[in-house]
Amino acid sequence: MKTNKLVIFFFAFILVTALTIPAESNPQVEIPDRPSPPQLVNDFTSTLSQQEKVALERKLVKFNDTTSTQITVVIVPDFNGYSKSQFAYKIGEEWGVGQKKFDNGLVILLKPKSANKRGQVFIATGYGVEGAVPDAIANRITEKEMIPEFKKGNYYAGLNKGTDILMKLTAGEYTAQDYQKQTSEGNKTAGYIVPILAMIITIFLMKRSQKTKRTFSHGKSGATPGILTALLLFGMGGRQGGTWNNFSSGGGSFGGDAGGFGGFGGGSFGGGGAGGSW
Amino acid sequence: MKIGKGTLIALVTVGTIVLLALIMIGTGVSKYNKLVSLEENVNEKWSQVENVYQRRADLIPNLVNTVKGYAEHEQQTLTKVIEARSKATSVNVDPENLDSESLQKFQQAQKGLSSALSRLMVVVERYPNLKASQNFRDLQAQLEGTENRISVERRKFNQAARKYNTKLRQFPTNMIANTMGFEKKAYFEADQGADEAPQVEF
Repeated sequence: MKTNKLVIFFFAFILVTALTIPAESNPQVEIPDRPSPPQLVNDFTSTLSQQEKVALERKLVKFNDTTSTQITVVIVPDFNGYSKSQFAYKIGEEWGVGQKKFDNGLVILLKPKSANKRGQVFIATGYGVEGAVPDAIANRITEKEMIPEFKKGNYYAGLNKGTDILMKLTAGEYTAQDYQKQTSEGNKTAGYIVPILAMIITIFLMKRSQKTKRTFSHGKSGATPGILTALLLFGMGGRQGGTWNNFSSGGGSFGGDAGGFGGFGGGSFGGGGAGGSW
Repeated sequence: MKIGKGTLIALVTVGTIVLLALIMIGTGVSKYNKLVSLEENVNEKWSQVENVYQRRADLIPNLVNTVKGYAEHEQQTLTKVIEARSKATSVNVDPENLDSESLQKFQQAQKGLSSALSRLMVVVERYPNLKASQNFRDLQAQLEGTENRISVERRKFNQAARKYNTKLRQFPTNMIANTMGFEKKAYFEADQGADEAPQVEF
């Protein structure tokens, strides 16, 4: 009996071991894991300040919500032996940046300049945006918008400018040829219309819900608008960036709502894109 | 109505045989369909491979013209690139016949073009005016991007081929594969120069 038990235990042990060993052992796992909870701005170097990260994240999440195009920013200290193009491609493909149906993902990979290593940047394009952002244009964006700022140490400004152009190109606001012609100057007003409209609509809806609430709870009308106003103000505070952390940690489900990025969509990459170093 | 013992046995036997046959046919059909879809996937990946190689070939006339404008003394290098290009584009592979021989011929021709191109990129280093021109920089970005695409699509093709080949050898799919004439697909072999994008740093 004892030996029987031992044998059973032995086989169970082997079975469990066999099951826990991953079927597809991948010797090269040097790219960072897909962020959880999902986020579009992934800074593994603390190059960006908390405020800058939040601002960039908000912009990219909003763009994802309106166009479904996903632009992710990844800042790493090292490419672990890969070239910048391979590293960016791997992130795009393995994280599944962009929607599966459209392959409309972009990866902006940045390695800040350090004391003894050159800074490097690469824009990888998913299959679906290769037309909107050809390699030559991706190259110009890094060369003309991003690297000049990076050289001055303004990493946020460079990323902000670069993502602005990429958003306009992928949203079809202007074409690669337009960008080619006016390489340095861009029309910036249009970028603000969407957020401003969104704000007006939000305020309008808030006002309306205040009114309806008031008619429903006739007796104690003072309390509800008070809460709503507080929420609205709270939201505004978050928008400015300063109190964002407190808000999301204290707000529970509200914080999650406002963060808003639902996750990567499983887009695929074909190795397109371009980059540079400084 | 009474059924004799003999008839009952016969009925059960026939029933079992019919049932087994149905199961076998069902399995066969599903294995066959699986193989077909895996093979389709390989073909699709192959056409992607051809696309990206074609993309590289399409870049070359423009590249040669641009370089010619700045580097008149490099006629020999340029001629070699053009020759390698025409050799590379003349080798076509039938996707239905992706055996190692035809794939090797294809790879050999493309490799010739890769090395001619990397020689050109070395030569170009001597011409700062050329390197500074926006047109050349655009072309260089496109060429690098195309080399990256080539290595990506080759890898994706190999993955698809491996998946198909594995299925092909598994029991009982291998029996169906043999009777229906499914052939093993060849892989791209890693070689220097074609797998890695040529290093063209500023």
